Amino acid sequence: MTNLIIAALLLFLLGLAYQQGWSRSQAVATATGTRLHSRPVYHGALAAVWVLVPAVLVLGLWTAIGPDMTRNFILSQLPPDIAALEGNALNSAVARIMALSSGSGVAGTVEPYEAAAAQALDQFRLLSYLVVIGAAAGTGVLALLLVRRRIVPRLRARNEIEMVVRLALLACSAIAVLTTFGIVASLFNEAIRFFTFVNPLDFFFGTVWNPGFATTGTGAVGQYGILPLLWGTVMVAAIAMLVALPIGLMTAIYLSQYASRRVRDVVKPIIEILAGIPTIVYGFFALVTVGPALSGFGQAIGIDIRSTSALTAGLVMGIMIIPFISSLTDDILRQVPISLRDGSLGLGATPSETIRRVLLPAALPGIVGAFLLAVSRAIGETMIVVLAAGNSPVLRANPAEPISTVTVTIVNQLTGDSDFAGPQSLVAFALGLTLFVMTLGLNVFALYIVRRFREQYE
Amino acid sequence: MTISSSGPSTSAADEAKRARIRASLARRHLTERIFKGLGVAAVVTALALVGTLFWMVISKGYPAFTQANVALEVYFDPEIIDVDAAPVRAAGQSDADFRAQNLAWQRQVTLANWNAIVEQAVRDAAPAGFEIDARSALALVETGERHRLRDLFVANPALLGQRVPVEMLASANTDNWLKGTINRDLEDSRQQLSAQTRALADQLLENGTISFKFAWHIFTNVDSRSAPASAGLAGAFVGSLYMMLIVILLAVPIGVASAIYLEEFAPKNRWTDLIEVNINNLAAVPSIVFGLLGAAAFIQYFGLPRSAPIVGGLVLTLMTLPTIIIATRSSLRAVPPSLRQAALGLGASKTQMVFHHVLPVTLPGILTATIIGVAQALGETAPLLIIGMNAFVASIPATPFDQASALPAQIYLWQGNENRNFFEARTSAAIMVLLALMLALNAIAVLLRRRLERRG
Repeated sequence: MTNLIIAALLLFLLGLAYQQGWSRSQAVATATGTRLHSRPVYHGALAAVWVLVPAVLVLGLWTAIGPDMTRNFILSQLPPDIAALEGNALNSAVARIMALSSGSGVAGTVEPYEAAAAQALDQFRLLSYLVVIGAAAGTGVLALLLVRRRIVPRLRARNEIEMVVRLALLACSAIAVLTTFGIVASLFNEAIRFFTFVNPLDFFFGTVWNPGFATTGTGAVGQYGILPLLWGTVMVAAIAMLVALPIGLMTAIYLSQYASRRVRDVVKPIIEILAGIPTIVYGFFALVTVGPALSGFGQAIGIDIRSTSALTAGLVMGIMIIPFISSLTDDILRQVPISLRDGSLGLGATPSETIRRVLLPAALPGIVGAFLLAVSRAIGETMIVVLAAGNSPVLRANPAEPISTVTVTIVNQLTGDSDFAGPQSLVAFALGLTLFVMTLGLNVFALYIVRRFREQYE
Repeated sequence: MTISSSGPSTSAADEAKRARIRASLARRHLTERIFKGLGVAAVVTALALVGTLFWMVISKGYPAFTQANVALEVYFDPEIIDVDAAPVRAAGQSDADFRAQNLAWQRQVTLANWNAIVEQAVRDAAPAGFEIDARSALALVETGERHRLRDLFVANPALLGQRVPVEMLASANTDNWLKGTINRDLEDSRQQLSAQTRALADQLLENGTISFKFAWHIFTNVDSRSAPASAGLAGAFVGSLYMMLIVILLAVPIGVASAIYLEEFAPKNRWTDLIEVNINNLAAVPSIVFGLLGAAAFIQYFGLPRSAPIVGGLVLTLMTLPTIIIATRSSLRAVPPSLRQAALGLGASKTQMVFHHVLPVTLPGILTATIIGVAQALGETAPLLIIGMNAFVASIPATPFDQASALPAQIYLWQGNENRNFFEARTSAAIMVLLALMLALNAIAVLLRRRLERRG
């Protein structure tokens, strides 16, 4: 209710300011008989901005300090013996008075001092509300009077508004940069806290992952060797690329070089559906269908394949990456100049010879870039491995056995109740930092290669 | 060709060369066919994979949309429901006091032995002479249904002593047994239900007391642990809705604004280069890292509540921003320069040129970018696990600051449920709902795009 009134007040002030700026500028123009530099719309908008900024500042100040002031006021109204209480008892005393004052009432009998305090609180609320609204409206109106005096025909209102717009745009694009800073700062901050518990050397070169449980206290620090996790990550990513690279590459080649337009128009969107499917769905698919199928296939040919294993996760992750590789490769093949292809075909080479000896070598840097981007996707992928990799952080060479990865471990260490106090939960940030650096390196390198490739043919 | 073939001196060497070429032709054509065959094989494999995935989800998921219901006649036995009359608000009673009195009465009602009432209703429905013990009778019906009887009574205390037909959900295990999702030939000790319950379920299905009905409660109920058959997606759906609203309200304006700045206004210098590289890399940062940012910055540092859609929405906003920026920029770049030059030539300022002429033309592109971004955010799971949105929440969140789940997080929770036989279907059904939402979003994008482009 109060929020609605404040919003209405702001809207009214805005409207008033806009109208004032608009009509004032026209009045000034007719009075002096000169042409305005900017059209009246811009004068109106400028006046609105001028009024909005101080009013919003006042309201923002009140939301920042208001709750504290209200609480202090309640405390000052309580009898000394109650106000001397501490912790929950004090909080519940305050809450009772707030409930009384809001009109919903409280259970049990109402003490006289409570009724008095509630009444005083009512008055205080009304008063502070009026003061805040008055201050907001007052500064707004003051600003309006000031800006009215500024309105003269040669005021460059349009340029000022455009400056405001440009600043707003700049602020928006700064958010992306702030996000990166936020990621780096929070990961570093928590990772450093983790390294006060565990030696970085033990973390980066340890071969045993056995963090223990947070409930056993800080005495049980456990072992945090990242190598088994990295090994699992690399193994799953390698299997995924073994699946995705040939299928994705050949799909792109066939669709861009051989397929008729009609086939292409039908098949391409269908394959791109794979890219839009949430990864949790792939994870479920791996867990319920692919894992048991692989395990059954292993039994049939006499190999022991566990149904949640590096193989299952890698295979399904490969499926997920197929459209990624195929659409990137498609783009890159398209950028190779058509004259190269026509020249080769004109000399009598078959289409496959043209593709293998001319197009692919010319597109190689771009394809390598696409490959690296896909690898970075595979390394950072979480849900498929959480569901289908078996979560067993042990150094093993056999892909048919369960493994664990960096991402799975981040999820495991942070799921459930965590206050980020012990190494058990903080290690997630050290792992996240490792993951971030790895994918960042791959991306920067891949984007560099792709950009070089583009420049070559532009 | 005619020149070389007519030359008399080279005829012998030429013949040999041609023979060699002809001989190699067969091999080259074979290679060509193999290569093309590989291409076809790759496309077919990819298509088959899409097909298998959808077939798996749909074939597993569609049975979950119907569920066994038991039509029982419930007798609100006054001897079992031995409670005082419902409180009436006295004149001058305060809100809080009346509420306390009402709660006391409801507690009394809750303490009545509702199981006995359900048990009696099941016995009444059983064919004459059918012997069944109390536990087996109760196992037929979902445990949550006794709360529904209590709620019926609280809403209408006049039911006391009456016989009322009530349609109840059969328990998850009964549903499994009747649908055959559990092996019916397993020996007794490995079955979830006793032999009596199984026999009764079969007989009731035959005489029509149990029937399969469309499971609307998947859409209207919240998640439930104790009563799995009644678990629904409503809470997760509302949680996802809040997050998507936050993403649309924040990511779209901010994303479009930064795309406009970078593409139209930014001077080309080292700083804007840095921003550009930064955005490209941000797009490729693993989603789980955004979850870590949310946990450390939003929850730890800013003190926002755990498991709340507000945090999820902010994290997904940051994650979606690069997608929207990159897509908007490419559609801005596609606007022909003639449009800009015409606007500038007629005396428009740069800002006017961008907002009055370039932006309207790119509207379809921005819309597509938005929907792609939102669809991506809708299906994202990993960051939600990190900020605690996979917690079990048995209520519909009233505001974005309440604890909530989300559709993908709910899928993650359900796939881990111990009652695998039942929840495999339930999870697939949830996946179908999620995929249907995403398909709908994409269809809307395509339709709007077509309409806008025709106009433009």
